[in-house]
Amino acid sequence: MSEHMLEMVHVTKTFNPGTVNEKTALNGVSLVLEKGDFATIVGSNGAGKSTLFNAITGAFYTDDGTILLDGEDITFKKEHLRSRDIGHLFQDPLMGTAPHMSIEENMSLAYLKASRHKSMFSSITRREKEFFREQLSQLGMGLEDRMKNPVGLLSGGQRQALTLVMATMVTPKILLLDEHTAALDPATADIVLDLTKKIVRENSLTCLMITHNMHQALEIGNRTLMMDNGHIILDKSGEERASMTVEDLLEQFRIQAGMELDNDRILLSE
Amino acid sequence: MVQFFTGSQFITSMELGLLYGLVALALFISFTLLNIADLSTDGCFTLGCAVGASVTVAGHPFLAFPAAMAACACSGFVTALLQTRLGVQSILAGIIVNTGLYTINFLAMGSSANLNVFGSDTIFSLAKNVSENPLYRKLYTVIILLAVVLVICAFLHWFLNTTLGLSIRATGDNASMVRASSVNPAFTITVGLCVSSTLTGLSGALLAQYQKSCDINFGTGQVTIALASLMIGMTLVRKGPIFVRAFGAVLGSCLYRLIVAIAMKFNMPAEFLKLASAIIVTAAICIPYMRGQISFYRRRIRKDRSRA
Repeated sequence: MSEHMLEMVHVTKTFNPGTVNEKTALNGVSLVLEKGDFATIVGSNGAGKSTLFNAITGAFYTDDGTILLDGEDITFKKEHLRSRDIGHLFQDPLMGTAPHMSIEENMSLAYLKASRHKSMFSSITRREKEFFREQLSQLGMGLEDRMKNPVGLLSGGQRQALTLVMATMVTPKILLLDEHTAALDPATADIVLDLTKKIVRENSLTCLMITHNMHQALEIGNRTLMMDNGHIILDKSGEERASMTVEDLLEQFRIQAGMELDNDRILLSE
Repeated sequence: MVQFFTGSQFITSMELGLLYGLVALALFISFTLLNIADLSTDGCFTLGCAVGASVTVAGHPFLAFPAAMAACACSGFVTALLQTRLGVQSILAGIIVNTGLYTINFLAMGSSANLNVFGSDTIFSLAKNVSENPLYRKLYTVIILLAVVLVICAFLHWFLNTTLGLSIRATGDNASMVRASSVNPAFTITVGLCVSSTLTGLSGALLAQYQKSCDINFGTGQVTIALASLMIGMTLVRKGPIFVRAFGAVLGSCLYRLIVAIAMKFNMPAEFLKLASAIIVTAAICIPYMRGQISFYRRRIRKDRSRA
């Protein structure tokens, strides 16, 4: 298999073509992620970050370009088939779980990805239940004792942590984190972020993380990407990245994008 | 009370409750779990009734059920196909199939608007001759129907806890999560609607043999009546394992028939039944909403008073 985990070549997507609402969300984006790369992505609203993720997961088909995942061309692969290899977390903790079903049932659904050859008519086995408990106990949130509770009763942080476990329980080829801590209170956000780092490290996952926190963008992972207007306008790693400060990053944004930061969400936090 | 409501009237309501309870179970799958209002239920019920009656008249009282169920599974498949693969809105898909079924039902009864099953063997007539015991003679219909309902509830309990069943339940809860679990929601909706239609068909076929007749209009309003039953059932049993919730829907149907029987005692004409079920469904949906509104206004009034 290839050394490149993700390879996007000249990927383009235009929404509402031919109308006044025409918007080129991805404009010839090319990106290569090596195995084990953990890249953070920053960029203003509408820069194309989430669209980039949706192009990878297959929420829509791209207009142009090629997407390879671990050497396999997935450009025209159906969304639910791609999802075997992709973990996707959203900002909204409600997106990743079914609220009226129990924790156990949610996990066994996520575990379907692993059991390709299992009969559709088999029920959750005792061994699987034990495995789910083990996975949850890593969180240290006591969720392993609430396996029969409906997920709707959990807090946002607990739901997001559960979603994280569900997305990584069957090791994905790539993990996409779309501001997954942004809707959580600061303390819970830290817990979920630490969990993320731990899980990514232990499974040596390839990961892309969208964030609006400039500190996180430089500290977490080994690569920092910046997007603007459907382009990747900055890609730093190694020495170059290590010597970068938050101010540099903001400065880069101004230079590369050729615009001033005004009322945007990109602000210095802390 | 004893003079007012006799035992045999009670038994008849239970029979009808169990029989129509299967449609409530069908809606339990499509409406409660899949979150789809399947309006083809009316036509599907008549289809089950028509196919069941035709096969019974042909001298196959047992074959009538698999035949009716298979026919209705096909109907459910078409409804699902329209909404998952051909881009028709789910409510519209149900209405379209319902309209089309009118012709199919007409043809299934041999190009006639009704069909008599009198004189043919039915599972009820066969069971009746098993014993002369007077108590058995009174209860054999309830026994058969209860057995069918219990088997179906047990089946649903098993089925909805398999991985496929879990995916079906999750589809109505969070479809994008189903997709993320490498399952195509189009597939789960298709399977779910097929199973739900099969149950509707079973109910229709049972009615054909129970009433010894079939009419093109038997299905009219079935979806509303079944919804009313389901709503009553869901108030009785809010949560619990699938078996309990499913049986709750059947209990709701029995209770509904009991209410209807009592209303009849007050000389309510049979034509008023449909209006009554429409009102019950509306009330069941509105009351929880109104309760929230009322508590809000109460709070506001109290606050205004304390200010004044």
